[in-house]
Amino acid sequence: MTKDEFYEKIGKIQRAKGYYFSNDKEKVMELIEALLVNKERYGYMVCPCRLAQEERDKDKDIICPCVYREPDVEEYGSCFCNLYVSKELNESKIEHKFVPERRPVDMMF
Amino acid sequence: MPANNIMIYSLSTCTNCKLSMELLDKQNVKYEFLDVDLLEKEERKPHLKKIKELNPKCSFPTIKIGESVVVGFREEQIKEALERL
Repeated sequence: MTKDEFYEKIGKIQRAKGYYFSNDKEKVMELIEALLVNKERYGYMVCPCRLAQEERDKDKDIICPCVYREPDVEEYGSCFCNLYVSKELNESKIEHKFVPERRPVDMMF
Repeated sequence: MPANNIMIYSLSTCTNCKLSMELLDKQNVKYEFLDVDLLEKEERKPHLKKIKELNPKCSFPTIKIGESVVVGFREEQIKEALERL
């Protein structure tokens, strides 16, 4: 799947679930490219902004869309790496939304 | 520790890490960075220990600027930390 196909197809599916790609198109395309790189490297789409342990079972909570997306978008209007955002955040003037890491640190080791 | 005391622990796929580096570039400051995901698993351990000391969540980017530590791409905090250098 190419970046543009991902943007169109996945975007449509996720919009139906209430999750929108950020309006920052350049950032979104970079993140999508990174997801495709991780798919190539690990065989699954690990979040571009988290360190994979390269074992699917240990990384399953951070396979995009990660399990933290829902509470993060709920609380901050954005997922950890700013790929998915709420409609409200896209409509606001906020350019960059910092989202603290919700994932328990011991899941990294 | 690099000469000018700025070190970014990053991932090669992380856009917020890239944005943090671009911000430092714009500020014309020299820094070192380490893409931890490009290290072999065994090589990562000492670095992850260090990152966890600086940032208990061990998330990326973790940016050490002198004595300050900025977690995440936060422009204001990065600029403030640079002023304290």
